[in-house]
Amino acid sequence: MVRLLASFLIWVALLGSCATAQTLDVPKALGDPHPEGNAFMRINHMNLMRHDRDQTMRLGNRDIKYSLKECVACHVVAGPDALPISVENERHFCRTCHEYAAVKIDCFQCHNSKPDPKVQIRLLGKVPDISELARYIEEVSE
Amino acid sequence: MKLPAINFSKKPGEMNRRDFFKSGAAMATVTLAPGVTLMAFGGDANAAASSANRWGLLIDVNKCASDCTACVTACSDENGWENTGNPETDAQWIRKVDLKDNKTGYEVSLPVMCQHCDDAPCVDVCPTGASFKRTDGIVLVDKHTCIGCRYCMMACPFKARSFVHEKVTDQKSHAPRGKGTVESCTLCVHRIDVGGRPACVDACDATGHGAMVFGDLKDPESEISKMLSQYPSTALRADLGLNAGVRYQNL
Repeated sequence: MVRLLASFLIWVALLGSCATAQTLDVPKALGDPHPEGNAFMRINHMNLMRHDRDQTMRLGNRDIKYSLKECVACHVVAGPDALPISVENERHFCRTCHEYAAVKIDCFQCHNSKPDPKVQIRLLGKVPDISELARYIEEVSE
Repeated sequence: MKLPAINFSKKPGEMNRRDFFKSGAAMATVTLAPGVTLMAFGGDANAAASSANRWGLLIDVNKCASDCTACVTACSDENGWENTGNPETDAQWIRKVDLKDNKTGYEVSLPVMCQHCDDAPCVDVCPTGASFKRTDGIVLVDKHTCIGCRYCMMACPFKARSFVHEKVTDQKSHAPRGKGTVESCTLCVHRIDVGGRPACVDACDATGHGAMVFGDLKDPESEISKMLSQYPSTALRADLGLNAGVRYQNL
């Protein structure tokens, strides 16, 4: 009976540890979700990016969908000073997952892990709803 | 097999180049299995770099002031390389060179950067194919495949390339650069691809010297082509027959 109980307890502990492992705290992105779905992106993002980087660098096609520039811009994480954090910080989006998956990437030896200020502003400054704007103007004019 | 929808409202004769390539690219996309497609068109049809252009620079040495380094500063700001006080190892995408004729004492000053050769020696010697020339004549380094062997630096007659010796952080997002790779003037390819011109040319114009002209060498109507056909000009080390994209006047 004791043995049975012990094995049951071990099972519970194992399940518990699995559960905590699965709730990896991945920072939320600023933009709209990928239409392909997160599961697809998790498996294929590197291939999409490799394909499109050659498009840009070799063929000069800058009208691409999957660029590292856009990744870091949309998946930006703000530090305590409200400024984007670099990959040096363990909260950085790319680092969160790659560290979890034990995948070492060398993208950021050359690329900046923080977004271009211009892209950053575009993503943060989404155009507000007209009604929202009207409400704001009313509030201000009162 | 997926075929593109044909727009019947347009006569075939009205199809512009973009439409033509778009349809061609779509035609060549064969769906092998759901989610697996075969692109048989040699790249994307919307590519900005085209062999219909060849980008070049014309530098009028007479208009270039010896005490002015606006082009160098602009390049450094634009692409994020800087002098750290170690001239032996610092990157130099563009530099001012002062020449003096010892017999007469005549002095000139000119900016020298990657000459974007048609027959680029750096492309010839690269063992990995990292050093390459785009169809529009811009010579670049693919830092994803560059192994840092520096053969291209030895091959270049203009000493235009630099090796990154130290770790780089906070790069410009349009100009990635990192330790262990070779780099050089990109002719501000990120600007050209969106219809702009190099930062050095903008800076030179801003100083009022106007010594640099940027344009398409293949377009006979472009300012640069007209000037080249009207006035004498030369390439640096013209004896090597590299057909450089950067040419000099009054040198």
